[in-house]
Amino acid sequence: MSIQTILETMEYGVAPEDDSHARAWLDAHKDGFGHYINGEMTKPGALFETRDPASDTVLAQVSQGTQGDVDAAVAAARKAQPDWAKLSGHQRAKHLYALARHIQQHSRLLAVLETLDSGKPIRESRDIDIPLVARHFYHHAGWAEILEDEMPGHVAHGVCGQIIPWNFPLLMLAWKIAPALAAGNTVVLKPAEYTPLTALAFAEIAIECGIPKGVINIVTGDGETGAAIVGHEGIDKLAFTGSTEVGRILRERTAGSGKALTLELGGKSPFIVFGDADLDAAVEGVVDAIWFNQGQVCCAGSRILVAESVAGQFETLLRARMKTLRTGDPMDKSTDVGAIVHPVQLSRIRDLVEQGASDGATLHQASAPQGCYFPPTLVTDVEPASILSTEEIFGPVVTLTTFRTPSDAVALANNTRYGLAASIWSENVNLCLDIGAQVKAGIIWINCTNIFDAGAGFGGYRESGFGREGGREGMRAYLRNPAAATGKGKGSTPEPLATGPADTIKSGEIDRTAKLYIGGKQARPDSGYSYQVKGSKAVVGLAGLGNRKDIRNAVEAASKTKGWGKATGHNRAQVLYYIGENLSARAGEFTERLESLGGNRKAAQAEVETAITRCFWYAAQADKFDGAVHSTKSEFVTLAMNEPIGVLGLVAPSAQPLLGAISLVLPAIAMGNSVVLVPSQAHPLAATDLYQVFDTSDLPGGVVNIVTGPRDELAKTLAAHDGVDAIWYFGDHSGCKMVETQSAGNLKQSWTEADDARDWAGRGGQGRLFLERATQVKNIWVPYGV
Amino acid sequence: MKTQTDLKLRGGALVPATAAHPEHPRNPGMKLDVAMFEGHHVNRAATERRCATLTARRSVKKEHQAAWLVNAVRCVDLTTLAGDDTAGRVKRLCAKARQPIAPHIEAGLGLKPGALTVGAVCVYPTMVPHAVKALDGSNIPVASVATGFPAGLMPLHLRLEEIRWAVAQGAAEIDIVINRELALTGNWQGLHDEISAMREACGDAHMKAILATGELETLNTVYAASMVAMQAGADFIKTSTGKESVNATLPVSLVMIRALRDFGAVTGQMIGFKPAGGMKQAKEALAWQILMKEELGRDWLNPDLFRFGASSMLGDIERQLEHHVTGRYADSSRHALA
Repeated sequence: MSIQTILETMEYGVAPEDDSHARAWLDAHKDGFGHYINGEMTKPGALFETRDPASDTVLAQVSQGTQGDVDAAVAAARKAQPDWAKLSGHQRAKHLYALARHIQQHSRLLAVLETLDSGKPIRESRDIDIPLVARHFYHHAGWAEILEDEMPGHVAHGVCGQIIPWNFPLLMLAWKIAPALAAGNTVVLKPAEYTPLTALAFAEIAIECGIPKGVINIVTGDGETGAAIVGHEGIDKLAFTGSTEVGRILRERTAGSGKALTLELGGKSPFIVFGDADLDAAVEGVVDAIWFNQGQVCCAGSRILVAESVAGQFETLLRARMKTLRTGDPMDKSTDVGAIVHPVQLSRIRDLVEQGASDGATLHQASAPQGCYFPPTLVTDVEPASILSTEEIFGPVVTLTTFRTPSDAVALANNTRYGLAASIWSENVNLCLDIGAQVKAGIIWINCTNIFDAGAGFGGYRESGFGREGGREGMRAYLRNPAAATGKGKGSTPEPLATGPADTIKSGEIDRTAKLYIGGKQARPDSGYSYQVKGSKAVVGLAGLGNRKDIRNAVEAASKTKGWGKATGHNRAQVLYYIGENLSARAGEFTERLESLGGNRKAAQAEVETAITRCFWYAAQADKFDGAVHSTKSEFVTLAMNEPIGVLGLVAPSAQPLLGAISLVLPAIAMGNSVVLVPSQAHPLAATDLYQVFDTSDLPGGVVNIVTGPRDELAKTLAAHDGVDAIWYFGDHSGCKMVETQSAGNLKQSWTEADDARDWAGRGGQGRLFLERATQVKNIWVPYGV
Repeated sequence: MKTQTDLKLRGGALVPATAAHPEHPRNPGMKLDVAMFEGHHVNRAATERRCATLTARRSVKKEHQAAWLVNAVRCVDLTTLAGDDTAGRVKRLCAKARQPIAPHIEAGLGLKPGALTVGAVCVYPTMVPHAVKALDGSNIPVASVATGFPAGLMPLHLRLEEIRWAVAQGAAEIDIVINRELALTGNWQGLHDEISAMREACGDAHMKAILATGELETLNTVYAASMVAMQAGADFIKTSTGKESVNATLPVSLVMIRALRDFGAVTGQMIGFKPAGGMKQAKEALAWQILMKEELGRDWLNPDLFRFGASSMLGDIERQLEHHVTGRYADSSRHALA
């Protein structure tokens, strides 16, 4: 084309990235890739194709991982783990540093492979994915170095099974492998079947760097290979990033296995534009939110909520911006939106969009070429019930809805099962922080979106999963503290309940009735039954036989206590101190109660004394267990805030009925949660005595609710309740499994343990672990600049 | 399935045009309307992010790159604004303006000999007669700075007289500087009155309003000052004198051209944009052109709506073009001095 012609049109022309080096690397492996097990590449097994979605051509043949491959990988990881963990932090740091350096040295090869395999634009793999991969390894080389000083007493889980998605293939590998290795774990990782190539290139880089054999193992394959990892007995911790659907299956399959689990799942993140926002900036934000990586981003801002006052102007600007988006060849340096990863995914997007359109939504689409492409799409006239508003589309499709007021915006933002991220646009910092606090999401981007850094935690609320990746909170997910939990424990199984009248019960002069405690009021059990509470010799009293309706009422009462979570740490501390004070005033009464249940006087006194101390300890923590300001990017303040989780179900250990209950309730309420407590089934009266203490300690009604009765039946109702945000269960092994299985429903966080696995009277019964379990970290990104 | 592809104006925004406009009328200006900029917010961090990624989102290579660099030459206001300017210096500059790239490069690019010139030559008022003489017959306009350039703190009647004098000497374009004090104190009416008077003094000469954005500092003030200058009748808005410590930057340019777009959406006027000062490399010429094309469209790549205030950048462009033609990297000593 002549210069003169181009001067007329001023078109960009084509600017293809050179793929010859990547093609040469693929050519060198044209016989197929094996797995990376025990430090070397295995011989290729049964092969399947991995394709370039943009050109619909085969790139390479990779091996379908078998049960045998997974066994070999786990065995290699198991064998390597003790030595790897025994290395000094500095030695592990040197290995991670080498990986970071070599990733940079091979950066363009990795970027080109990523784009070929996934269809994402070369600009993104070159400027975003691969630099973040290197950053992640550098950051975690640092964690390896300082871990002993920063997190004393913590040790690695052991062998980690890691399953990652196709949207950020190498970046997700980095997010999984870097912290695991820093902590002293060894790993078995399965890349997504659509996008295994950069993981295999990474395996060669690991060999080049001299990573000790067995420390990293990579097995390629499909869902069956993944299932072999999930079900493998030799795995101590599982980390998964992918769909909520598969995450739920993982939760169910691993229930009761004792494997630690973190899940990074789907999202339907709101993108909230207020009337005083820089609208041009917000429009560009939409581009970065939903037309980044073809919208195949779990934290994509896929629901635009815009103030009615500026909605027309915003939509005009956005639709104008859509006209300059370039969708096409991912290898062209001027491409904004590349190919959809796979035809299967493309047809899923098409189906959802067609369904939404047939329900009355209006589509505004930019142009896209033929092939595995989907045009950038804005959807208007869409109602909250539309499938396009509720389902994660995982494509370049964004809905636009208007709101009237900030509270309206919050209501719409939180009207979702998910809670991964939110983006908030306004020039009013007061408004931004207020809304940021109210939106239920793990990541809040103010006047920006899709900003990532290894130094900040990433992860969601609600059905977007649990656990964090990146930052201090991410490191914690790959460590455990063996000093706190003394052993595995057998767990106790309570005796069957006796509901009929008992022999004569010795008591004081006037009969006392222990009721349930719901919404700050004593309540009779819905069942109308009571059950016998046995002491060392005889029945010492009756307790209400709670059932699922009592749990339902208690959860409802707990979810209504909005003020408690917003109260200052100081205010909550005052209440906890007051509980300690009143418990102390009634120490004699509680001691007698414990004695009557079978303890000796000295033990009873010690239990009460420890309970009082614990009140003070958590009162002290209430205004001190605070967050952090992460060091991330320049001109950003990244706030990591410890937020209450919401409504917690607490199933207390059987022994030490007062201390067990109070050890769970105090950290939960100190952090601003409200709770439904199921006290020791056998000895609930020490816990029901507490409600008079609560009543006299200025504890708002509904913050603590107590339902006595059959432990596992009540635990099951709590675990299956969608209004319960987390559950702690201390019981027996079958109960642990049941709770974890039931928790899959709304993917609530669960903490299950045999109730005799820790020393409740000692350090095992109190500490930062309880506070960490009672909070979730919200990372708020606030950019600044005049 | 309802699909809407054509875009209509609904709010205050202008849809980027794609086809070239042959002609557009001069901006007559309008009364001050503070509603067009008060309450408009510019977010600095987001503006910088857009600029940082914008130039990574678009790439022009090979003959396209050569064409884009040739286009940049068409848009250069070749400038000398120094205390030691002389008739001889101006004459040399004008020779370069007539023949901005060497004939062998021109030929290698397949361009008609002598057809490529810069957009204008920009000088101090007393140098205007020398430039007019040196450019006689070339159709290259002479631009003169005026109004007490660069600080603009002379009495108003003297600043206006300076404009009239430069126009009388043959300047076809006047680059005025705004009174920064009026902008920094928010005296928008005062600023509007002054610039309107300057526009009147320009007569048929086109007026470029220099905002000296490095001294306005905040992007909200840049947006407001841009809007006031256009309301007062500026044909172009220009970033800098070249004498501030911070001159043309992409973020400031983005804010100014969005103001220009918003002004156009309300009035229908097409206003020109001129970044000036600090641009030295050919790749910067590409970056600013990408900015113009992405944000405003093809029209704003023509010299009637877009100029670069630069001088040394031309030398780098010439070297890059020689490389395109010969495949060898050229040294500046082989190219004619500006």
